[in-house]
Order: sequence, then C-alpha cells, then structure tokens
Amino acid sequence: MRDVKVVASSGDLMIAEAFRQIDPDVVAAYPITPQTIIVERFAKFVADGLVHTEYVQVESEHSAMSATIGASAAGARAATATASQGLAFMWEELHVASGMRLPIVMANANRALSAPINIHGDHSDAMGSRDTGWIMLFAENAQEAYDNTILAFKIAEHPEVRLPVMSCLDGFVTSHALERCEINDDQDVKDFVGPNKPQNALLDTDNPVSHGMFANLGNVYMEVKYAERLAMENSLPIIKNIGDEWEQVCGRPFAPINTFGLEDAEKVVVIIGSAAGNFRAKARELRAQGEKVGVIGVRLFRPFPYQELAEALSKAKAVAVLDRADSFGSREAPLCLEVKSALYDAENRPLVRNYVYGLGGADVTMELCQKVFEDLDDLMNNKKPAREVSYVGGRSKE
Amino acid sequence: MANIKDLTQIDERLEAGHRLCPGCGASIAVRQVLMAAGDTPVVTGCATGCLEVSTTLFPYTAWNTPFIHNAFENAASTMSGVEAAYKAMKRSGQIPQDKEIKFITFGGDGGTYDIGLQALSGAMERGHDMVYVCYDNGAYMNTGIERSGATPFGAWTTTSEVGEVLHGKVQRSKDLTSIMAAHHIPYVAQASVSHWQDLVTKAEKAIRYEGPAFLNILAPCPRGWRHPSQSTISIAKLGVDTNYWPLFEVDHGVWTLKDPKRPKPLDEFLKAQGRFKHLFKPGMEEVRQEMQAMVDEQMEYLRNRVLGSQYLVKKETQES
Repeated sequence: MRDVKVVASSGDLMIAEAFRQIDPDVVAAYPITPQTIIVERFAKFVADGLVHTEYVQVESEHSAMSATIGASAAGARAATATASQGLAFMWEELHVASGMRLPIVMANANRALSAPINIHGDHSDAMGSRDTGWIMLFAENAQEAYDNTILAFKIAEHPEVRLPVMSCLDGFVTSHALERCEINDDQDVKDFVGPNKPQNALLDTDNPVSHGMFANLGNVYMEVKYAERLAMENSLPIIKNIGDEWEQVCGRPFAPINTFGLEDAEKVVVIIGSAAGNFRAKARELRAQGEKVGVIGVRLFRPFPYQELAEALSKAKAVAVLDRADSFGSREAPLCLEVKSALYDAENRPLVRNYVYGLGGADVTMELCQKVFEDLDDLMNNKKPAREVSYVGGRSKE
Repeated sequence: MANIKDLTQIDERLEAGHRLCPGCGASIAVRQVLMAAGDTPVVTGCATGCLEVSTTLFPYTAWNTPFIHNAFENAASTMSGVEAAYKAMKRSGQIPQDKEIKFITFGGDGGTYDIGLQALSGAMERGHDMVYVCYDNGAYMNTGIERSGATPFGAWTTTSEVGEVLHGKVQRSKDLTSIMAAHHIPYVAQASVSHWQDLVTKAEKAIRYEGPAFLNILAPCPRGWRHPSQSTISIAKLGVDTNYWPLFEVDHGVWTLKDPKRPKPLDEFLKAQGRFKHLFKPGMEEVRQEMQAMVDEQMEYLRNRVLGSQYLVKKETQES
C-alpha cells in the first residue's frame, strides 16, 4: 500500500475524489442538491486536466442517464451522480441501464421526494428505485461513500455481474458534513479497479451489434429478466470478495451489514445510512449500563443480505427496524419488509417493530434513539404498539 | 452532389427483411441518409417507434452497423453519450487516433417534435459531432396514428378526429427545422424522400461537417396518410411541389431555399390522401384556403430568412 492521505472532507467531495482517481471515460451529469458538489468538483478536475473524462453537461437527469447508457454501450467506463427528483426523473432509464446489463456507476445523495418539496436527506428516492435492477450500496459516512464508489466500479464491471451500481449517501449529513477521511493513493485505486474491458461495444465498428432490441417474440423478455435475477443473486459473494480485496489494499473492512454489540444483544436496531452512528452512540451508552443492545447498519441493500442479517439476529429477542422512507399501502416500510423476509425462514424469529424516521431530514436525536430502545423493552413485555409502523421524530405523534 | 451510379455501389446498411410496411417513408429516408455516409464507419441509433420495432425484432436486426435503441425521448442524448465515449476513448488511446466514426440517430416526429425535443435541443447545444434525423410522417404512427406536434392543421388522426364539431387537427404544426436552426449548429436542412439527390447531398454535408447537424425528412406513411403503398414517393413529391414541405438548408447560418416558380395548389397534396378527405366535403373550402394561406406564409417567412442571412454570404465572399 502506498501513501494514504488523511483529510477533512465530505461525502460528495470524497466521491468526486474517487471519480478523479478512477478517471471514467464519460461522466454525464446534471446539478441537483445535495449531489451538486460531486459534479462541481469533478468539473474542476476536468478543467485542470486531471482526468481524461469527456464530461457531458446534460440538460436533465433523464438525459444524464440516457447519455451514460449510450457511453457505456459504446464501451466506455461511464458514471453519473444524482439525487431525489433527479433519480425519480431517471426512473425509466434505471430499468434500461440494468436491462441492457451496463456496468454504470451512479452516486445518489439521498434526498426527500416532492411533494411537499424538501431538499434534506431521506431514502425515499433510492427506495423508489429498489426494484429497478441496480445493485445498491449505502454509506454510513463519507469514508464509506468513497469506498463504496470505488467498489461500485469493480462490482459493476465484474464479468459475472454486469449490473449498474448505485452508491448512496445521506443528503447533507453525509454529502456535506466534513469528517476525517482517508484517500488512498491514486495508483492503488487505479490498480484495484483495473482497466476497462468493454463488451459488445458500439465503437467496435468491425463487429456491429444491436443494443436495446425489441424482445417481443416468444419468451425472450422473460429469459432476459430471469438472467437479471440470477446475476443479482449471484453478485452477493462477488461483492463480498471485492470488498475483501479492497480491505487488503486500504485496511478498511467491508461487509454487507455493519454490526455492533451483536455478540450478546437482545434488543437490536436495524437501520440504513448515517443514523446508524446515532444509534451506535446510544447503544454504547446503554451497554455501559449493562443493557444487551446492538445495532445493524445495512450497507448493501440490493442484493439484500438475507442470510447475513438472519445470522446476525440469531440471538435477538426484539428488533426495531428504522426506515427513512415509507411504502404507502404496505404494512411495513421497505427495510422492515426485507428484515421480516430474512427472519421468516430463520430459527430465531424475534419480535419486530417498524419505525419511519428522519423524513425530509427530520432530526435523529439521542432522545429518539433512547425511546426506540425503551420501546423494545415494552415489546418484550408483550406490550404491542398502537400501529404497525410508528413515525418517530419531527412533530408527528405515534 | 450525389449521383445514382455511385450510390448503387454502396453496401446497404439497413438490410432487407425488416418489417416496415410496404411504401414506408421511414426506411427510404434511413437508406438514403446512410448512403451518404459512403464507407465511413457509423454508429446508428433510433428512438422507440415504427423504425425501431420493425428493424430490431430480437433475434433479428436489419442494421448492418453498430446500433442502439434506448427509449422514446432520448435518441439524441443516448447518441451524445456514444459520441462522448468516442472522444474520451480516442483521447486515452483505447481507440486509435486515425479511427473515424460518425454518429447518426433517427427519430419519428413524435420522438423528435414532442417527447424528444428537450434531449435533442440539449444534444445540439452541447455540440456533439452527430447527425439527428427526423423522419416526419406527421403523427404517432406506431401507436395507431395519433396527432403529434408535426401533424398538419386539418389532418385527421385518431386523436384529432373528424366529427360534427371538429374537422381534424385544430392547431398548426410547429416549424421544428427553424427551431433547430436557432441552435446555430453547423447544419440544418429539410428534405424529402422524393428528392433523393437533394436528400443524399444534404445528408453528406450533415455527416461530413464537424459538430451537430439536424435533418428533417418528409416520410409519408401509407397507413396514417391513407394512401396506396405505391404512392409514397409521388405524394412526397407533391408535398414539395405544393410548398407544403419546402426544401431548404441552413449551412453555417446561411439559408438556401428551393423556391418553385409555379408551385402547385396545396389541394393537390391534400386530395391524394385519405386523412384530408373530409376537407373536400361541401362547406370545407375555407379550411383548405386557410391551409393554403399557412403554406404561403411559411414560404414568405423562409424567403425572408434567406434574405436575412445574405450578409453572411457577402461577408464570406469578402473574406475569401
């Protein structure tokens, strides 16, 4: 391992650094808060000649993903970044990217969706795209945003994966706040990701192929979708291996779920993103008082690590699943659906409570964390909550 | 200027066996444009529509070029990404420096005038070295002949019906070619499948010039226009001869117009097509007069654009 630079940086800036180090052939992007810092900083790298990238300043997010798809099909290593409305505007194209099996990397600075308009962080945008066939990584902090983005290129381009990867980070809390971060040596990153190896490239004009064809005969469409399912399922061990390889380079471990206190925890919080840190702080405090509490931060959401989660919860008695997005009309919010699904086949099936928190950037206070752990005591004492899904924080009452 | 002898020597890049209707103007437009590329390697693409569903029915493809279809509204932005990849990969040595590739993408009028206008405008503004070709048949033919921003005033479509109160489309079509000229890109032209020499010559320029170019090609649709398959070319010719579809180009800002000395009355173009047959019922003369007035007005506008850009011609002459 060569030199590691320790800097004060934000999630957006760290992703821009990862993009600079990987030096994609094409970045097509459109500004949207809280992602904009990524494309602004990257524009400076382009202006300073630090990358060879063709930087396409498109007129919308729909065109950002369309141009990225064109570039990737052409044989280029292609990336973009977005958030919120931008991701929603891309929705159609998210399916095209995965259906065409293009190894695109996209950073997404998670932000609430309109209406009402709100620029702060929550996971409504990403959760709205969870069935679009993208591998989805979530960062807890700026360092993970950097690491996930580097991993994303290698995962996406793995010949047995060939799926687009979304590298998510919480809007503002992770995208904008400064933290202590490690930036690895440029060459180490380049060596880790390796050279771009195009498949069926449009620019290989001697071997013409058609992309995006009309699959209307027989059951071809069904076959294509089944192949996508298999690729997604089979990607889990590959993702773990690539994470381990990166740990060999940088010393920072990767796991689909980050666990704390799970060796003996009876009361466990399962959560995605930056607020895992808040709950860990509270759990540390409670554990010092002798309470058996733990926290699971989910870093890989698609493919969902069901087995890993069930194993981590094998000793738990009560579980609180904290969702930063809702799924209206569903009995539970998105993460809770996955957690319950993971537990259905498990030997130990703890009691589960679901909370929706932090929508539109609503604060995640220590009091909120305390309340959730206290609620789990009630649950273990057979006191059922009034509602299947409780809204916590903000001005909402249960 | 293109000549028929040379053109016959060029290999077809849109192969026979595709499933477009007999007499479809789209395939004629595509073949003429691709002939203009000669043997230069090209990457082609198209928007969702008749052309796409009929030429790329998996596992068959009619495209003897690398080809990409993405979705309906983004043929331009998709191809802009392909072109960006070419630039970057040439810069990094992944593609040899002397490897020349041209980029051509096609869309119908629905995918161009309407849903794809933003992506097209953006791609042209960004200056990608690509040609966008609109095959204009004046309606959403693939979904069943629904009106578009290109459908002419008075035309019947399945969403601009003819009835007791309404007599076809209420609005006039937008002048997309002028809109594209307003992007100040190197080359913009309007052509017709009936005038192959004019079309191929224009396409040659569009492809040859560095930077973005836009071609708007009149491409009759026998199904939607309600005419026999064998009348495609003669009706397209009537479109030009009646000034319904003026042939003009904007070459680096200089407007040139083919201005027939004795244009035929618009009625001749209209009466050849079933989509206008309601306009020949008693009491509809006024509507046809209004349509003739629109055509005359547009010609006058174009003549003035030609005059208006004369200063550029003079400037060029003085400089050379």
